[in-house]
Amino acid sequence: MLKSNVTKLVGIFIGIILVLLLMWSSVIFGLTKITPQMVIDAFSNFNGSNEHIIIKDVRIPRALIAAAVGANLAIAGTIMQGLTNNPLASPSIFGVNAGASFFVVFGISTLGISSLATLSWFAFAGAALAAVLVYVLGSMGRDGMTPVKLTLAGAAMAALFSSFTQGILTMNERALDQVLFWLAGSVQGRDLQILISVLPYLIVGWIFATFIGKQMNILSMGEDVAKGLGQKTIIVKIFGAIIVVLLAGGSVAIAGPIGFIGIIIPHISRWLVGIDYKWVIPYSGLLGATLLLLADIGARYIIMPAEVPVGVMTALIGAPFFIYIARRGFDR
Amino acid sequence: MDALSVKSLTLGYDDSTIIDDISLTIPKGKITILIGSNGCGKSTLLRAMARLLPPKSGSVLLHETEIEKMPTNEVAKNLSILPQSTHAPEGLTVLQLVKQGRYPYQSWIKQWTEEDERAVDAALHATRVYDLAERKVESLSGGQRQRVWIAMTLAQQTDILLLDEPTTFLDMTHQIEILDLLYDLNQLEQRTIVMVLHDLNLACRYADHIIAIKDKKVFEQGKPENIITEELIWKVFGLHCKVTFDPFSGTPLCVPYGKGRKLKGERKND
Repeated sequence: MLKSNVTKLVGIFIGIILVLLLMWSSVIFGLTKITPQMVIDAFSNFNGSNEHIIIKDVRIPRALIAAAVGANLAIAGTIMQGLTNNPLASPSIFGVNAGASFFVVFGISTLGISSLATLSWFAFAGAALAAVLVYVLGSMGRDGMTPVKLTLAGAAMAALFSSFTQGILTMNERALDQVLFWLAGSVQGRDLQILISVLPYLIVGWIFATFIGKQMNILSMGEDVAKGLGQKTIIVKIFGAIIVVLLAGGSVAIAGPIGFIGIIIPHISRWLVGIDYKWVIPYSGLLGATLLLLADIGARYIIMPAEVPVGVMTALIGAPFFIYIARRGFDR
Repeated sequence: MDALSVKSLTLGYDDSTIIDDISLTIPKGKITILIGSNGCGKSTLLRAMARLLPPKSGSVLLHETEIEKMPTNEVAKNLSILPQSTHAPEGLTVLQLVKQGRYPYQSWIKQWTEEDERAVDAALHATRVYDLAERKVESLSGGQRQRVWIAMTLAQQTDILLLDEPTTFLDMTHQIEILDLLYDLNQLEQRTIVMVLHDLNLACRYADHIIAIKDKKVFEQGKPENIITEELIWKVFGLHCKVTFDPFSGTPLCVPYGKGRKLKGERKND
C-alpha cells in the first residue's frame, strides 16, 4: 500500500495525530457529558466538580492506558509473528496473557499481594513462563519448531493457565469480586499509578522494539541465511522474547488479558507498509493504540449506562478476523 | 594456501553420528564438489563448514583460525552460504533481498555506504538480475530466483562461496545457467566455491576437486578424471554404471545400467 519512505513517514504522522484525537475523544465521550472547555478548566481552573474529577481521575488515565496497552499488545504480537514465522502468533493465542493473568490472580488471591509494583513482576514472570513453555513444547520433536506445533502448544498453555485461574476463583469467592472485571480485560477504573509503576519496563520494551526491526528483517529470510550473514540469531530471539514479556506482561498487569489486538494489528500493518519490520513495528504500535481506544469508546455506548469490558469488544472484532487468517492457512 | 579445512570433525544430531572424524582441505580458488548418496551427510558437512551446525568434536578452520572462535560477522565477510531451501518473505523485492548481503558490513554507526551500493550493483550485474531489481522475489521463475539468492551471497563479497544443491528443482537449462555462472565467478574472480551437487556428470564437468562421502567418511577425493571410476560409483552409490567420456568436455561421464528400452542394434546414432 504505502510504497515510498516519504509516504510511510507521512503515515506515521497521521497515525500519531489519529491516536491523539482518539485520546481526546476518549476523554470527551461517555455517560458523563464533558465539553472541551471543562477539560481545559480541569487543569487550569480546577473546581472540584464531579466533571473535573472524572476528567482527571477516570477519563485521562483511561485514555492513556488504552493507548499504551493497545500499542504494547500490537507490538508484542508483531514480534511474535515475525520471530515464529507464524501468522496466528499473538500474546493471547500463545498463552502469554493467560500465564501473566494466572500469576497475577494467584498473587492477589492466594498470597494476598496488593502492591502494584509486586503484581507487575508477577505478570512478567507469568508471561515469561508461558512464553518459554510454548517455545519448548512447540520445538520438541525431530523437525523442530513448526507453526502448527507452536500454535497447538500455545492453545494448550492458554487453556491450562485459564483453567488454573478459574480454579483459584472458584475456591476463593472474595478474590472473584476483586478480579472478575479485570480478568475480562478492561482499561476502565484503572489507577494511573499502575501505568506509572510499569512504565519504566514498557519504555525498555519500546526502545528494544525500535532497534529489533532491522534484525528481524534478516531473520525473516530464514535461520540459516541469517546465520550465514553473520547474525547471532539466538540473541535476536532472546531480545524479541524480552520485548514480548515486558509489553504483554505489563499490559496484563495494567488492564488484564485483552485478546485479539496482538493478532489483528500486525496483519493490518503489514498490509499497509509491507514486510520491513523497521516500519511494521511502529505502525503496529500506532494502530494497536487506535484500535483499543476505539474499542474502549465503543464499549461505553453498547449497553449504556453500563459498559462492556473492552476485552469483549476486541474479541467481537477479532474472532472473525482470526478465523479468516486461520482459513487462509500457514503458507507464509 | 588452503581456504577452508576441517580437522577430525565429527558431526551429528543428538546421539546420531552423521560425519565421523573427517579431516580434509578445500583448495583455494578452485571449485570443489561434494558427492555421495542421499543422507550420506554431505549437506551436513557443508553446513558445518559454514558454521550453521556446531561440531560434536573437531574443528573447521577458516584461514587457519577456528571458525567457532571467530566473530560471526567476520566469518560472514570471508565465507557465504546459500542453504538448500531458501524462502524469501512474501513481498520482498530482488533489490531488498540482495541488499541484505551487506549485513555483515553494517553496524549501528556504519549504515549504508557507497561501497555497499557498489557491491550490490556488482552482484546484480554478475548474476544478470539487474533488470529484475524492483520485481518481487516470489514472482520470479526458479532459475531467476536462484540467481537472485546467489547475488545476495555475492554482495557479501566473500572469497569462499558454499552452496547446498544450488541446482535442485531447476530444469536442465537453468541448471547449466547456474553452474556456468558459478564457473565464471571462479574463473574471473578466483572465488573458492564448494557445493553439494546431485548430478554426477555435471559435477565431473565443473569440479576441479571432488570429495566423495561414504559411511560418514571421505571415501575418495581428487580430480574427477583421476577418481571417478565404475568401482567408485559402485562403492559410493551402489550403482552399476559405465564410465565413458563426456563428448563435449572430455570429463568422465557415468552411464548407469538399468532397465528400460534398448534400441542398440536396431538404430545407430544418426
